Amino acid sequence: MFAFILRRLAVAVPTLLLLIVFSFVLMSLAPGGPFTGERALPPAVLANLEAQYGLNDPLWLQIWNYLVSIVVHFDFGPSFVYPDRTVNQLIAAGFPVTLTYGGLAFVAAVVVGVALGVAAAIWHNTWLDYLAVGISIGAQVLPNFVMAPLLVLVFTLWYRVLPGGGWSFNDPSFWIMPVIALSTSYMASIARITRSSMLEVLGSNHIRTARAKGMPESRVIIRHALKPAMLPVISYLGPVFVSMITGSVVIDIYFSTGGIGKAFVDSALNRDYAVMMGVTILIGTLTILFNLLVDVLYAWIDPKIRY
Amino acid sequence: MTKLFATTALVAALAMPAYAVQPAEGETLAETQTYTYWLLDAIKSLDPGKNTDVEGSDVLRQLFEGLMNENAEGEMIPGVAESYEVSEDGLTYTFNLRDANWSNGEPVTAEDFVYGWQRVVTPAFASEYAWYIELMNVANATQVIAGEMEPSELGVRAVDDKTLEVTLSEPTPYFINTLSLATTYPVPRALVEELGDAWIQPQNIVGNGAYTLASHNLGVEIVMQKNPEYWDAENVVMETVRGVTVNDNNVALTRYQAGELDRVQIPAGQFPRLEAEFPDQATSVPYGCSYAYVFNLSEKGPEVLKDQRVREAMALSLNRDVIVDQILQGGQRPAYTWTHWAINGFAAPEGGMQDMTQDERVERARELLAEAGYGPDNPVRLQLQYNTDENHRLLAIAAQQFWRPLGIEIELNNVEWAVHTDRLQNQDFEMARYAWCADYNEASTFLDWFRTDGYNSGKWSNAEYDQILAEAATAEDTEPLYRRAEEILDAEVPAVWVYHYAKVDMINESIKGLPTENLRNTWYAKDLYRVAE
Amino acid sequence: MVIDQTKMQSLSARLVQDEVKGRSPWADARKRFFRNKAAMFGLTILVLVTLFAALGGQFAAWSGEELDFSVMGRVAELGAPSLANGHYFGTDNLGRDLFARVVQGTQISLMVGIVGAAIAVIVGTLYGATAGYVGGRTDQIMMRAVDILMSIPYMFVLILLLVMFGRSMSMLFLGIGLISWLDMSRIVRGQTLSLKNREFIEAARATGVSSFRIIIRHIVPNLLGVVAVYATLLVPLMILTESFISFLGLGVQEPLTSWGALISEGAGTMNYGTLWQLAFPLFFFVITLFGFFFVGDGLRDALDPKER
Repeated sequence: MFAFILRRLAVAVPTLLLLIVFSFVLMSLAPGGPFTGERALPPAVLANLEAQYGLNDPLWLQIWNYLVSIVVHFDFGPSFVYPDRTVNQLIAAGFPVTLTYGGLAFVAAVVVGVALGVAAAIWHNTWLDYLAVGISIGAQVLPNFVMAPLLVLVFTLWYRVLPGGGWSFNDPSFWIMPVIALSTSYMASIARITRSSMLEVLGSNHIRTARAKGMPESRVIIRHALKPAMLPVISYLGPVFVSMITGSVVIDIYFSTGGIGKAFVDSALNRDYAVMMGVTILIGTLTILFNLLVDVLYAWIDPKIRY
Repeated sequence: MTKLFATTALVAALAMPAYAVQPAEGETLAETQTYTYWLLDAIKSLDPGKNTDVEGSDVLRQLFEGLMNENAEGEMIPGVAESYEVSEDGLTYTFNLRDANWSNGEPVTAEDFVYGWQRVVTPAFASEYAWYIELMNVANATQVIAGEMEPSELGVRAVDDKTLEVTLSEPTPYFINTLSLATTYPVPRALVEELGDAWIQPQNIVGNGAYTLASHNLGVEIVMQKNPEYWDAENVVMETVRGVTVNDNNVALTRYQAGELDRVQIPAGQFPRLEAEFPDQATSVPYGCSYAYVFNLSEKGPEVLKDQRVREAMALSLNRDVIVDQILQGGQRPAYTWTHWAINGFAAPEGGMQDMTQDERVERARELLAEAGYGPDNPVRLQLQYNTDENHRLLAIAAQQFWRPLGIEIELNNVEWAVHTDRLQNQDFEMARYAWCADYNEASTFLDWFRTDGYNSGKWSNAEYDQILAEAATAEDTEPLYRRAEEILDAEVPAVWVYHYAKVDMINESIKGLPTENLRNTWYAKDLYRVAE
Repeated sequence: MVIDQTKMQSLSARLVQDEVKGRSPWADARKRFFRNKAAMFGLTILVLVTLFAALGGQFAAWSGEELDFSVMGRVAELGAPSLANGHYFGTDNLGRDLFARVVQGTQISLMVGIVGAAIAVIVGTLYGATAGYVGGRTDQIMMRAVDILMSIPYMFVLILLLVMFGRSMSMLFLGIGLISWLDMSRIVRGQTLSLKNREFIEAARATGVSSFRIIIRHIVPNLLGVVAVYATLLVPLMILTESFISFLGLGVQEPLTSWGALISEGAGTMNYGTLWQLAFPLFFFVITLFGFFFVGDGLRDALDPKER
């Protein structure tokens, strides 16, 4: 197990390197630069800017300098578009926000989704099952860029109970809509997966045996059925995590939370190379770590799996 | 002689008391004086020398104060400068500064202005707005930016603590008008030299404006509080100013309606509905920008556009009335000149296409195209490039449909902003959507764009046009010259004028003091107050 | 919105097993599939939507590009769905006929979904089959590369690609397709590994058939079950991805449109009294995704029956 973790971590380094080089090359090939503005800059000013940010160097040297500054100083450089701030500062400001609502949405999706799925499986073919399946199918395909403005309309304008956007770490009322908008579709998917895998487990031999022994139903479910039924859910968590990061772009745009999802899209569109690279590396690292975590969790629940 | 007279008139104007708002008869002030306005995006920089956009300027105008301010009509009124004199040759301006303090209690000196201006042109500082000091024609600006001279050789100097002297490279009629922009604001030299780049961090920043920075959560909100050190603080009514970022205009309108914002832009097409429902809140005022489709007439441009008849046919057959009345619907006006209709001292040439009906225009356009050998059987094929934006998209689709029946087939090419500007600057386009906003309230701010050495992305060139603009820079009566320039543009059609902007906003009716006749919508929170409902 | 990988693995294992036992899973599967009500319902929906995309244009009274000047500017009052003026689904904000545009959006979204899924399936199958068949060091390197690629935040790369190469249909197909071939390749590799030592493959090898031919002629056809299920479940994911890209303004160029573009336009104006602009494209979007899910799940359950 330990060796497995080490091996996976060892793969992470070339992965990140590949990602950095790929993104760097892609950015440098794109038309327009960070200083392409409505008014063409006088050549002298442009030359000053490019010299200051090291954009005159050959590409390999830029990549090299960039890597050195990350590895040696943990410095992702200055932002081109937000000259008052460094990339480290921008990420330090935006990431905790994304992490807060993203983390809550993740937990909500898993907890509610699993609960709903288990309930639907237990009361299979009752109105509760149909309701749960119906809702989850609908929620699964409603794009969050429809959901988000709808929530603002309902809770901010019509009922006036929640702020329509913005962010505060001290006031949970700012978190509610981002969490709902981000988690609903995953909640629905998790409910569906849990339901079908729970049904499968409940129909299996060892559960029949447990029941035959006269074990109470609640105990059967909690002690024997839940754990194996969770396996498909767990293997689904990695992809959920990745697409939640993508979904955070929509959340940031509609709720003005100041998270890093929008920072990434903006930086790609504005050619803010440094921010784009910083966010890409951050998300790449998180993805790798999270996938690792999921694998470990999987092995822990299902000891049959050996790495 | 006239010049001198003009100067005297300006000094006389300056002797008037500074503009200060007071609630009118019968108005009661609200207890909490807070103004919350909408920002589309995050504030990019709070450094006056590095700011490049309108939203940043709106914030900096509250946190800092330059030599001059603008009043509600967009005229220049004293800011930190109490008065000024101009030398007879129009090259030297001497400003007398008032007793004003930075928010840390230190006095604002002429040296702080010198430092701020030198900083902007210093090559190592690499300000994107260094060109603005060149536009102002401050002596040696070009050489300093190019690194050929030391920043200390820039034509600005502190005669003493309260006297600033600016030397220009040529007489510049609009010079005074350039002094309300953030690029020209003073910078607290002592603080910047002590803290370096960190002076601009929220916990360190010091300004000389009517407000100080209370908090700045990037991309979420920026909060400013009344500055007790401001020289005119006793006349400042508004206590708190909040800029709230909402990245989506439609959601911003929803939040305005929920009472979270006091001002928000109205999305295209929604003005009539909102005006009918909220007549006291929906506003539309002229805004000094012009929208056009620019033709690429450079060598890289398509051959068909070199035929003036084709260009003219396209200009004639674009149905501007539909664009402003049925798409934008916010009080914008159809454009038949490049210069915005509301610019001071500008009169559009008589006659031409604006006197024709749309049917007559289309008729004429067909004739022209037929003469040039084109028509529905042999269509002109062109690509129209526009950057990602809902309004640009709607207009481009409409334009495509207006031109199609005449045999002009347009392929739409939507690219994002960075690509759009890059292609414009390198002439990698056939036709492109473009808009220009006035830097100051005079026609040359528009007309300069089409000078041979102007921004002029389409590379149209006309010697007479260049000549006229050169004359206008020092002429006594510029009106006929500018009219003649527009006539040349009208005849040669380097672009299709589309519409002149209006600023179309929902404004909470209890907020008073926002300018309605200022073409650039330059507003000062110190002039605002909120009345009780 | 992701495919349940555990079930795909179970399906793949099952299909290989059936192969070993020497009986085709298809005949039984077809029966089970046609008995599955949800799957048949999904199939019906898909057939209807496809007919709508193919023939809807015949019934449109307007082209999707024409501006109806009599409606334009007063869309909220005059642009509502109406049989009288021929705008069955109403008009968009420019007075363009929404019926014709939804037809076109359906065509494009279906195309993006199907082509994207096809690219993912083809690349994934060939890659996985090659790795599994060749085996050894090549296999290790190829699968390690998949591990590496798995950790790349794809949506971000796709955004970069669209920004960089400009927006075009082919870029969209390619970018969307390239997102999802990785999982496919893993499953196919596993299945190939167990097929590889089977007699008919050995026989082919002994008669000197080239590796490439063996992969194409003998391995790939035996993967059909997995591929079919996977492809069906991928299409809705591709459609969802496209809608997100359209929301960011990086989708297809005007005057072309897609469900994503129509929905995001409609969502922007949902409070302005023109709700039909959201409702119609969203309806088709939602039912189609349902259809694909039902059919995909049904196929999988038919090929990999579990005791219930």
